Amino acid sequence: MENKEILTRLLVEFIRTASIRLPDDVEARIRTLAADETDPVGKNLYGCMLENIELARAYRRPICQDTGMLQFFVRVGTRFPLIDCVEDCIREASLRATESVPLRPNVVEPLGERNTGNNTGYGTPYIEWELEPNGDSLSILLYAAGGGCSLPGRSKVLMPLEGMEGVKKFVYDTILDWGVNACPPLLVGIGLGTCAVTSAMLSKKAILRKIGTHCENERGAQLERELQAELDTIGIAPLGFGGKHSVLAVHVECAGHHPATLGVGITTSCWATRRGGIVIDRGLNARYTMHTVGEEV
Amino acid sequence: MKKIITTPITYEQIKDLKIGDTVYLTGKLATCRDAGHRRVMQEEVLPERFDLRGGALYHAGPIVRTGPDGTFTVISAGPTTSRRMESVEAEFLGKTGVRMLIGKGGMLEKTAAACKRFGAIHCAFPGGCAIIAADRIRKVCDVEWSDLGMAEAFWEMEVEEFGPLIVSIDTKGNNLFANNQKAFAERVQKLKEKL
Repeated sequence: MENKEILTRLLVEFIRTASIRLPDDVEARIRTLAADETDPVGKNLYGCMLENIELARAYRRPICQDTGMLQFFVRVGTRFPLIDCVEDCIREASLRATESVPLRPNVVEPLGERNTGNNTGYGTPYIEWELEPNGDSLSILLYAAGGGCSLPGRSKVLMPLEGMEGVKKFVYDTILDWGVNACPPLLVGIGLGTCAVTSAMLSKKAILRKIGTHCENERGAQLERELQAELDTIGIAPLGFGGKHSVLAVHVECAGHHPATLGVGITTSCWATRRGGIVIDRGLNARYTMHTVGEEV
Repeated sequence: MKKIITTPITYEQIKDLKIGDTVYLTGKLATCRDAGHRRVMQEEVLPERFDLRGGALYHAGPIVRTGPDGTFTVISAGPTTSRRMESVEAEFLGKTGVRMLIGKGGMLEKTAAACKRFGAIHCAFPGGCAIIAADRIRKVCDVEWSDLGMAEAFWEMEVEEFGPLIVSIDTKGNNLFANNQKAFAERVQKLKEKL
């Protein structure tokens, strides 16, 4: 088989796994929260989530009907032999996965609102590129962005004098406003940067990180701990019915910012967070970084 | 014991249900979301082969596979955010006679008032539990408005003990999520006071 075909097939299976199964860290966190919940309705709802996780795995079907918009975060070594084919393979794999998993065709054309029927279209699948000088492997993070949990996303530039107080108010209000409809407990990503765009991108990077990891910046890590405890006191999970928690975790990513601005981005991801990681070496051997591969997938 | 509602739904079947009660649905169920509501309300078109009077409507955009013989299989079918339909749902209920709305999360004042006025309820199906939902769908009977795409089409299905459905707006107009939202807002207020 041609190498391009091998790479495409690896990516189809990668999309399939990430659509059917939750990443290990997310599933483990749901089990922890389920065991911790005392409210009877809440306990039942966590029971439904766990049953749904099991059924999706047993039937090999997408865990949620909203299989999201496929977003790929690619880090490719400049010496990866198939570097010129990566984009084609991602596009082709998205098409094939839509048919074979199957995924819900979600992509509607900008302005025209016509569904393309195959999950590809102008600017989609979304691909974010990073080059690794002298590297010879390909590393991809996939995030399937569902509609319900993309809806709360926002980004705003505060004045620096508003400080962390301003950041926290913005986060509380965002979670209060649309959190219930985003299928909590939520994975909340906060990005702190200069402008609306860089902050939003950092907030997306934050949710790509595994639960249990922390912001490298000590103050960022402290903000994660504080916001997680504070958001949990609102108690919107599970699913807006109310309980002991609101979030799976809060992740913060930050970058140096302009002295006159404090950009804040917020990205939320549902309890059924679909993300995956794959590393493919120059010999096209693949390994998953977020899913333990059992016999079934 | 499971409380089961069957279609066509009568006022009698649902009038004593209270917010927080769990019920299940057996009978006919149709999916309708953003574009379907736009079609009914703006283009003044109703589905031709599905009787909405006394009907149950599911805010959902399922994944449906079409077999070589043209038969449909529902693969995954969790609920979508009901609140997106808030601006038109009250009028929609009056126009169609639908008695049970099913979706994710709750709806707001206008829909709650309409449920009281027209004798209808809104129920929440647990968000993201799409395989549980698909498992309770016995068959797809028909599809209309497939020009709107798979997610937005009007899928007509037969379901058996579809649920759990937690009553979020009852026929008295009580609203579970509005009550919860009030409590959440008070807790946010407390957090802000501590800053």
